[in-house]
Amino acid sequence: MATLEDGVPPDQTVGPGGELLENPRRRDYLTYAAVSVAAVGAGVVVLPLVNSMNPSADVLAQSSTEIDLSAIEPGQAIKTSFRKQPLFVRNLTPAEIAEADKVPVSSLRDPQTLEQRTKEGKTNWLITLGVCTHLGCVPLGAGEGENRGPFGGYFCPCHGSAYDTAGRIRQGPAPTNLQVPEYEFTSDTVVVVG
Amino acid sequence: MSFPWAKQYEPKNPVMQWVDSRLPLPRFVYNAVGAGYPVPRNLNYFWNFGILAGVALVVQIVTGIVLAMHFHSSAAGAFESVNVGMMRDVNAGWFLRFTHANGASMFLAVVYIHIFRGLYYGSYKAPREMVWLLGVLIFLLIMATAFMGYVLPWGQMSFWGAQVITGFFSAIPVVGEWIRVWLLGGYAPDDATLNRFFSLHYLLPFVIAGVIILHIWALHIPGSSNPTGVEVKGEQDTVPFHPYYTAKDGFGVGVFMIIFATLIFFFPDYLGHPDNYVVANPLSTPAHIVPEWYFWPFYAILRAFTADFIIPAKLWGVLAMFGSILLLFFLPWLDKSPVRSANFRPMYRIAFWVLVLDVLVLGYCGGSTATPGVVITSQITAAYYFAHFLIIVPIISRLETPKPLPNSITEAVLANKGGSRMTETAVSA
Repeated sequence: MATLEDGVPPDQTVGPGGELLENPRRRDYLTYAAVSVAAVGAGVVVLPLVNSMNPSADVLAQSSTEIDLSAIEPGQAIKTSFRKQPLFVRNLTPAEIAEADKVPVSSLRDPQTLEQRTKEGKTNWLITLGVCTHLGCVPLGAGEGENRGPFGGYFCPCHGSAYDTAGRIRQGPAPTNLQVPEYEFTSDTVVVVG
Repeated sequence: MSFPWAKQYEPKNPVMQWVDSRLPLPRFVYNAVGAGYPVPRNLNYFWNFGILAGVALVVQIVTGIVLAMHFHSSAAGAFESVNVGMMRDVNAGWFLRFTHANGASMFLAVVYIHIFRGLYYGSYKAPREMVWLLGVLIFLLIMATAFMGYVLPWGQMSFWGAQVITGFFSAIPVVGEWIRVWLLGGYAPDDATLNRFFSLHYLLPFVIAGVIILHIWALHIPGSSNPTGVEVKGEQDTVPFHPYYTAKDGFGVGVFMIIFATLIFFFPDYLGHPDNYVVANPLSTPAHIVPEWYFWPFYAILRAFTADFIIPAKLWGVLAMFGSILLLFFLPWLDKSPVRSANFRPMYRIAFWVLVLDVLVLGYCGGSTATPGVVITSQITAAYYFAHFLIIVPIISRLETPKPLPNSITEAVLANKGGSRMTETAVSA
């Protein structure tokens, strides 16, 4: 093994005939090591830059909303907001529940039953985001006298998506049902969303 | 690089000599847009639009920098700072604001003519592919900048435009929703969104300026194309950029400014949308969401997909919309015809004008409410748009018999002036 004391440069070795041979391995190792450290360094610098664009703590802090349901009559809906997005809370009438249950689930684009989209024993409370799953417009139907579309639920005026009384997509370009946020009933008339 | 007969920069002023020997910036400008750049002698007025786009960019940067001094980038203050502050309180603020808002339309208008000029005269072909690629990149950057600028006044169209455009990204499978939230910095457009869009809207024009320098650099390697598409063969085919084309472009800039001023002073809101004078309301979508006119063709392509086919219709729409622009990157290799100018390509010339009509119809559809008739029309025209680039152009470039090309630019020029006999007699004499 050639060493510095032999007068052989560190990136070379002595061949069988005593001639100097290139020994690329040490130099390659240094190159890989240096580039790897630089790459990790660059990644570590990019991470906080990218992460800083995620929702900040004050935005996340708005992530739970308490709603009082006592004033919403059957057949009525309210429009409130959750995480700065519109939230629809609707008190379904028995007829609307029956209509939603009547639909064969397998015929739906995004198959879900009304039971799966509501809380047990509270199937009349349909709580969904008021954000069309197509491109994010606010569908009509939660406000008094607004067009509820051909399926009696919600109707998005932007590109004509129609939702049924369970907030499920039935017609138009939206790919999925109106999103049901996480929520729970803290009493019979109060629900906490988020 | 330049042609061997290009004039050399020889400063007479001792100060300029001193500067030139230490930092040859004056020489660089002289060779780029001065007498040191030989240009084909037969350029028509369609060759004005590159310079016009540059002028529009400068107008946008200058007015934008001043407007930024008066803008409040917060969801609570943006609308008022634009619609009350700039329009009533800031001295000449209304003028700067309308210039900036209409300047975007003027910019996009000249850019579209510039792009179609390139399509007609085959400016994208070898050896100018890089010029074209950089141009498409600039186009994408301009679109991003225009979109983010439109969000800043925080009116209803601003807000819902931001909501819909960022909604495109939620179409991406699995990570889409995460990307959308990351882009917005929240679950819906808000302060975080407005501030980052303001930051990027201020940054991107300078990126555009940088890519424009590359665009011109790449252009100056082979030199400018010309209406015949025949390459420069000798010194007699060219004239120095200055004073010939500085003068011709100067005239074009004058016409541009007259149209621009007419818009600003007589029709400042003609290209805008009344809903954007309503402050953003996250709980109510305007009945008819429509982007600015320059995005209409792409919006029509987005909306043309109504049925799921393997992947959801929404994802198809988004892919097609981005694809309609990304497609342009491949054009230099889709069109294999060795002849550049459509003047000598009878079949391509027809296809070109059909494409122009197709894009105009797409634009009309994109600006209209999506009634069934409009949707079907957009589906047909969107399909034709893709067919033009992917099927019609490649086939034409195989089948077509081009008309005979002139031997040189000079010959073509003299023939148009009735001088062809003169050259013939000159040759025979």
